[in-house]
Amino acid sequence: MEGRFFLTTLNEILSWGRKYSLFQYPFVTACCGMEYMAAACAHFDIDRFGAGWTRFSPRQADMLLVVGTVTQKLAPVLKTVYDQMTEPKWVIAFGTCAVSGGIYDNYAVVQGIDQIIPVDVYIPGCPPRPETVLDGLIKLQEKIKNQEQEWRWKRRKF
Amino acid sequence: MEMEETEILAKLKNKFPQQVKETFISLGMEVAVIDKEALFEVMSFLKEKPQDYAMLLDLTCVDYLGEEPRFEMVYHLFSLSSNRRLRIKARVSEKEPRIASLTPLWRNANWLEREVYDLFGIEFVGHPDLRRIFMYDGFEGHPLRKDYPLRLRQPRIKFRK
Repeated sequence: MEGRFFLTTLNEILSWGRKYSLFQYPFVTACCGMEYMAAACAHFDIDRFGAGWTRFSPRQADMLLVVGTVTQKLAPVLKTVYDQMTEPKWVIAFGTCAVSGGIYDNYAVVQGIDQIIPVDVYIPGCPPRPETVLDGLIKLQEKIKNQEQEWRWKRRKF
Repeated sequence: MEMEETEILAKLKNKFPQQVKETFISLGMEVAVIDKEALFEVMSFLKEKPQDYAMLLDLTCVDYLGEEPRFEMVYHLFSLSSNRRLRIKARVSEKEPRIASLTPLWRNANWLEREVYDLFGIEFVGHPDLRRIFMYDGFEGHPLRKDYPLRLRQPRIKFRK
């Protein structure tokens, strides 16, 4: 019982720390990138929520922001980027195209990135307003807070 | 002005009486429909001085499914010296989707023709490097053809579910 008490506390500390220090990797492919820039810059300022540090290397990032249309040709690249990220990692599908393919229901476009990689939060909108992005981020923080955290000495379930 | 505009069309008809099938003005732009076998000859003539259509603005294809010949190649030329545009069209059949490449005349035709080859499956005879430009290796068919299935997907990697 004592061990369990200790573990849940560590879990809470970890989740608290992780939800407020999300290093992001923006995988920007299309016009949603403009809205991402708006959300990231001073006016809306994603940094207020602890996700201000953009890492342009997937190996140093916690949060993968898939911003824009992902084509079939690009799918292996996105998969590689996701695989390169170290655990723990979360994925946000940013904008209608990343969520479901959007208006591009055709031969070239992947109909939602969840066909390739697991997604934690879907942000709708074409493009989403920065407020929606921040709302999505807060939703992800809530999710992280309630998640069971992984750490180095913990036995993996899978 | 109207007379001047049709001057090049008259010249074309005069030079290639058999090969030029039809000439007209569409929305202020001179158009000539020619026989596809004569494409390279006609284009070489148009590029030469004094015609001087030195620039190939665009090259594309239209799929008229159900008609015969099915495809229509469309070329847009521009003369820098006289500031005029010209549209050349040539029909290509489905059974023999072949037409001469214009890469020896205009270098930019290289990628434009690869695009048409990729999306419509027209073969360009004399093209130095005819392979797909947009779609990936292993993609089957030509997606901009009207009979390409609307919902057919050819994923490059395995989907999760």
